[in-house]
Amino acid sequence: MPQNAENVLDHFELFRGPEYQQMLANKRALFENAHDPAEIERIREWAKTPEYREKNFAREELTINPAKACQPLGAVFASVGFERTLPFVHGSQGCVAYYRSHLSRHFKEPTSCVSSSMTEDAAVFGGLNNMIDGLANSYNMYKPKMIAVSTTCMAEVIGDDLNAFIKTSKEKGSVPAEFDVPFAHTPAFVGSHITGYDNALKGIIEHFWDGKARAEPKLEREPNEKINFIGGFDGYTVGNIREVKRIFELMGIGYTILADNSDVFDTPTDGEFRMYDGGTTLEDTANAIHAKATISMQQYCTERTLPFIASHGQQVVAFNHPVGVSATDDFLMTLSRITGKAIPKLLERERGRLVDAMADSSAHIHGKKFAIYGDPDLCYGLAAFLLELGSEPTHVLSTNGNKGWEDKMQALFASSQFGKDCHAYPGKDLWHMRSLLFTEPVDFLIGNTYGKYLERDTGTPLIRIGFPVFDRHHHHRYPVWGYQGGMNVLVKILDKIFEEIDRNTNVVGKTDYSFDIIR
Amino acid sequence: MSLASTQSVAEIKARNKELIDEVLEVYPEKTAKRRAKHLNVHEAGKPDCGVKSNLKSIPGVMTIRGCAYAGSKGVVWGPIKDMIHISHGPVGCGQYSWGSRRNYYVGTTGIDAFGTMQFTSDFQEKDIVFGGDKKLAKVIDEIETLFPLNRGITVQSECPIGLIGDDIEAVSRAKSKEYDGKTIVPVRCEGFRGVSQSLGHHIANDAVRDWVFDKITSEAELRFEPTPYDVAIIGDYNIGGDAWSSRILLEEMGLRVIAQWSGDGSLAELEATPKAKLNILHCYRSMNYISRHMEEKFGIPWCEYNFFGPSKIAESLRKIASFFDDKIKDGAERVIVKYKPLMDAVTAKYRPRLEGKSVMLFVGGLRPRHVIGAYEDLGMEVIGTGYEFGHNDDYQRTARHYVKDGTLIYDDVTGYEFERFVEKMQPDIVGSGIKEKYVFQKMGVPFRQMHSWDYSGPYHGYDGFAIFARDMDMAINSPIWKKTRAPWKDTPRPSLMAAE
Repeated sequence: MPQNAENVLDHFELFRGPEYQQMLANKRALFENAHDPAEIERIREWAKTPEYREKNFAREELTINPAKACQPLGAVFASVGFERTLPFVHGSQGCVAYYRSHLSRHFKEPTSCVSSSMTEDAAVFGGLNNMIDGLANSYNMYKPKMIAVSTTCMAEVIGDDLNAFIKTSKEKGSVPAEFDVPFAHTPAFVGSHITGYDNALKGIIEHFWDGKARAEPKLEREPNEKINFIGGFDGYTVGNIREVKRIFELMGIGYTILADNSDVFDTPTDGEFRMYDGGTTLEDTANAIHAKATISMQQYCTERTLPFIASHGQQVVAFNHPVGVSATDDFLMTLSRITGKAIPKLLERERGRLVDAMADSSAHIHGKKFAIYGDPDLCYGLAAFLLELGSEPTHVLSTNGNKGWEDKMQALFASSQFGKDCHAYPGKDLWHMRSLLFTEPVDFLIGNTYGKYLERDTGTPLIRIGFPVFDRHHHHRYPVWGYQGGMNVLVKILDKIFEEIDRNTNVVGKTDYSFDIIR
Repeated sequence: MSLASTQSVAEIKARNKELIDEVLEVYPEKTAKRRAKHLNVHEAGKPDCGVKSNLKSIPGVMTIRGCAYAGSKGVVWGPIKDMIHISHGPVGCGQYSWGSRRNYYVGTTGIDAFGTMQFTSDFQEKDIVFGGDKKLAKVIDEIETLFPLNRGITVQSECPIGLIGDDIEAVSRAKSKEYDGKTIVPVRCEGFRGVSQSLGHHIANDAVRDWVFDKITSEAELRFEPTPYDVAIIGDYNIGGDAWSSRILLEEMGLRVIAQWSGDGSLAELEATPKAKLNILHCYRSMNYISRHMEEKFGIPWCEYNFFGPSKIAESLRKIASFFDDKIKDGAERVIVKYKPLMDAVTAKYRPRLEGKSVMLFVGGLRPRHVIGAYEDLGMEVIGTGYEFGHNDDYQRTARHYVKDGTLIYDDVTGYEFERFVEKMQPDIVGSGIKEKYVFQKMGVPFRQMHSWDYSGPYHGYDGFAIFARDMDMAINSPIWKKTRAPWKDTPRPSLMAAE
């Protein structure tokens, strides 16, 4: 009996006891019809070869371990960034259970979102009644200030028309006529979660600026000096948006964060559950039309939103998830150019500190090879930072990256001597990455939690940066943008490098000479 | 004052009823009428808990339920480790269910086991327009090329598949033929079917019947010598290793477990099950259909069991043994005696810390009743419970064997109701899922995930009970809960007191 009351064993140790090991061996030997271990070993070795890689890359229809999710997740993520806004997903309810779980597992926060719970009858007759009842129930129960509607693939396949449905619901009294119900069609079979973010954000902005689905006159732009800021789908939204606010405040820039979900994903434990917290006010959202410019931190998250904003007379600028010195320089200089405000001394000192830190540690990073995967903008930002550190972002893979992204990545590689043998892989998944890591090994892998399977299989140490990160806690509270964010990313990378060096040198009597106390 | 500390049952009932009326006030009239049927106070002696169940959730409320796909892929089929389960349709469903249930298994992932991988046909707009059958055929070919040691394939349909009318059965049949009769199972578990994940369990069970059992020919070679003591574990998903800490007890009492469904399960074990002498069923809700089928078709009896907490474990071991001869009956007694010192030590250590604490539960289709005994073994009391996707027979079982007079019952509870109930009843701990966890922790209420044991476990069996007890103690008695309110908010300054 391995278990004992005084020192309770978790699954980590319990099942390694001889009783359990014997039991599992018997199960396998007698009942599982398991393959011969030699055959398993043979296939395991084969799966590491260039031949396997070729077959793997020849795949046309099968996707294995993709690094992307579907549109409505992004829509929910954007929607909770507005004051007292309840995301309402029109379609079957299971999807919403998934979005809520997914976001909660990353942020360790509640995620409030409802669905119209469509079932077979709605599949046949359409989901209008679900919308009518659903809006009325949500409005009464959760007292939102706005309900932001998006769709699932089910509602899209049967062709439900949100604009008409919302109008009819209002006529039937589900919510008052003047109540804000912006919407976006977000089919799961088009694009990914970043597309959904883009669509939902555009839907909300359009609602306020373009006359609330013709219920009111369109807003007239009266230009002012404020700047709108859009973060994009970002697992670090809590740390990043706060860092960006600090920068705006240091520079004395008036700003509006569009879709500011930094508070709702970081509520205190103090005896009260806050279903809504923080968020861009509806007034600010409407007034954002008057801003001088809109800055998006992620180009591929705002491909439709930015042109829409530009068409209303504003300057728009998109960055690619800036990480590190030059990318932050660009960000600050752009802010300065647009607003005419000087970059303050404090930020200049922060810049110097990041450069200082990079200079202090660059010897450990220089020439190291990295593989990166994630959303297209994040990949770009991280690759640019690695080049800046004198290391080589050898494989950069984005399941939801497109041809345009690939070209942009290759241009980035071409701009640096460290990018010489680096390649971008749009539309590929983590099983492709596995082949890349076996056939063209790198020193480190950067990506989300799912990379731990790659780390285990290929022995490439994983640095967790991305979304989702389920198996490490609280990373989202620390920014990766700005000079201070760059410092966080640098430390994350260095910590892994040092852990690996220590792990490789800690053999007593064999590698003692390199097991240094000073690194 | 918390309801838990109220002494008289009559008082508790009156307050619980009042509480139900209170939460119903917020709804529009039609919704209130519908929700009222799902909320009640248990009356001792009644055949069920007095609530309606397995009905459609109401649009626009925050239901905790999932969908048929979640029931089939996430629960029944997904944990069969040596088969590849295709999430057929858009990318999201497979992505969100990827690795999110801890169905432990032993195998070389990516080579002969596939449990923590996400295979999807990643539908694009063109697939919706032109149909996905050709795509599916190619997906299967590509699986065969890259994963030659897979034992079988299932096709888990997402919403669009049924809506656009794809013929996944025809594709599965054709491909099975092409690959030497390989087991390829189409499962019509589109998320819009039914009212919760429950229908997905049923559909998945039917797929086992039609595409695994019906395929086994009578002359098929048995891979092992049968014994009179062969049993199959059905409906244990091996969350945190639960099925293992259950299996070891069955083997210790002299039985031989020839199949384990579906955590750490394999296709061979599914196929062997009709040779069992007894099917023992843990999660009744998700697997009763196939157990009944095996009883009808193969004459295999089945019995339910509950391996949460020593009282129910002993009861269940004896019940299972009652189907066998004295050798097994003695075996059961021997196992109970063997683990008694461990159970005594666990109870002696944890009961004093947990005695009298109250619990509110809201879980899937089994644990809202099954864990009650384990709590009672620790001196704790369940004051409210309900099922995410239970049916009337689950509530009957709950009423008959588990809940006390006056317990608050809430079927398919909405986020709003659950928050109000917890706020008013002030339990010492809430047991539910990840979506509820942080809501209650923010309120300062200790919480344990009772779908997945919060990355801990196992909780089943004697070894598991030690972890269960430790976890409940850890959750309730964590010092952090004393810090949820800032001290300056709790104690008014004397000067202010004087001023009042």
